[in-house]
Amino acid sequence: MSDDIIYSAIIDEHYEEPRNFGKIEDPDEDIMETNPTCGDTIAMYLRLGDGKIREIKYVARGCLISVASASILSERVSGKDVSEVLKMSKNDILSYLGLDLGPAREKCALLSYDALIKMLRKYEKEAKK
Amino acid sequence: MINMFDPLEIRKHFPIFERFQRDGIVYLDNAATTQKPSEVINAIVNYYENSNSNVHRGVYRIGEEATDLYNRSRENIARFIGGTPEGTIFVRNATEALNLAASSLTRMLGGEGEVLVTRMEHHSNIVPWQIASSVSGIRLRMMESHTDRPLKWEDIEKDITGKTKIVSVTHVSNLLGTINDLREVGKNLHDLGIIFIVDAAQSVPHMPVNVNDLECDLLAFSGHKMLAPSGIGVLYGKPELLDRMPPYMGGGEMIKEVFEDHFTAADIPEKFEAGTPNIEGAIGLSAAVDFLKNLGMDNVRNHEKDLISYTLRREQEMNMPSLISYGPRDPEVRGGIYAFNIRKKDGGDRPFGNEVHPHDISHLADRIEGVELRSGHHCAMPQTVSLGVYATARASFYIYNTRDDVDHLFDVIGKIERRMIK
Repeated sequence: MSDDIIYSAIIDEHYEEPRNFGKIEDPDEDIMETNPTCGDTIAMYLRLGDGKIREIKYVARGCLISVASASILSERVSGKDVSEVLKMSKNDILSYLGLDLGPAREKCALLSYDALIKMLRKYEKEAKK
Repeated sequence: MINMFDPLEIRKHFPIFERFQRDGIVYLDNAATTQKPSEVINAIVNYYENSNSNVHRGVYRIGEEATDLYNRSRENIARFIGGTPEGTIFVRNATEALNLAASSLTRMLGGEGEVLVTRMEHHSNIVPWQIASSVSGIRLRMMESHTDRPLKWEDIEKDITGKTKIVSVTHVSNLLGTINDLREVGKNLHDLGIIFIVDAAQSVPHMPVNVNDLECDLLAFSGHKMLAPSGIGVLYGKPELLDRMPPYMGGGEMIKEVFEDHFTAADIPEKFEAGTPNIEGAIGLSAAVDFLKNLGMDNVRNHEKDLISYTLRREQEMNMPSLISYGPRDPEVRGGIYAFNIRKKDGGDRPFGNEVHPHDISHLADRIEGVELRSGHHCAMPQTVSLGVYATARASFYIYNTRDDVDHLFDVIGKIERRMIK
């Protein structure tokens, strides 16, 4: 069942109290991503070790969807193997949100995912060297 | 012929309003694009069903018909803005018109000189000049403009230097709704030998505009913002300037003769219309011009003035401290554009502030009340940033909107505030 943005308990909960919000000092990876259509930005920080995401934090300036999806994503990937997270698809992220989103809003939902995947790919590439 | 200006009567000419009524949609994104009346749709269908063929070349019957329809459309559109057919160039939209102007003028001026624009410009009157300056000695400068009053000659005058070759300004801001005061600007600029360009994308659809009164050298507008289909727009130019400007795109239709190593350009307007043009677009725009002429552009402007006055009054009555809007408060200098944000400076425990993101405003307005707003920077990032925000929500009106639509807007703003502000 898809919720609607008019009222979605899960979205509201994460928007009001986003999990893992903040900054990591001296992160192993960090990135700044922007959604050009609305100006949403997210700064994301990772502490990585033994092929796992040890810690994930972010500072987001954005809409309901982008903040809540960053919060949900951070809960889902914390402590997970990098290789496992890289297997997560865009559709997985959208299903965690449980919202029926149009293509424009999907960009908001996937901003944090795009940021995370970019960092993990870079990490994997460097680990292989 | 529509005698009384009655938005509800006007709606009957727009097939899409049947769907709007069925689905409870209040369309308030007219600064982005407008709906199309049957008169325009039928003109296009009629062309394809009866006269379709390429223009200019065919000496057979329907080829001549198509050429005649295309030429008469140009004459009609030229008359609508007080211009001449040879100075009325068909392009895709105002964006293409301004790109044509920037590219061609850069070459005409030998890549030297300064272009002045305002901060309230749409990106289409900023980026083409930035591109020009990346490949030539052309320099772009943004002059000071105000968010609460129109730009006047005095504002422009103090930024002009000996190097200024072009002043390119918007007639009406697509974000603030400001109607700039361009009287005297053309005359004064010509005394200084400076080229005057007007981005009229938000004025030609909404008020009487006459290129002779404006004394502009070039003027750009889009068809789709004035009832016509997308993909057709106009660059109007003074013929004596257009004659001096080099072509923009090369190809068929824009040449007199082509040799192995050079070409000679066609006369205006064909010089700037390379390739098979958007014939049905020109015919559609001409039908749109007829529709607007029937309503009377003074009536169109008065109707929108009434809607924006009512909007500003409703806003004041709401007395909602978290509702912040932008632009001049005097309806005399304000078009039918209302950009706003919902934000509270204090309160709430969220780490990122107690404000409603404009994307959430437009998403919620759609889902709660069927009110269709736009959100974002509206292709005016420098102006948006100068307001201290990164985005706004925007309602914009046209001939078929009513005070009732404005009431829906404020109902939904109230509901969004209660939903989102803690």
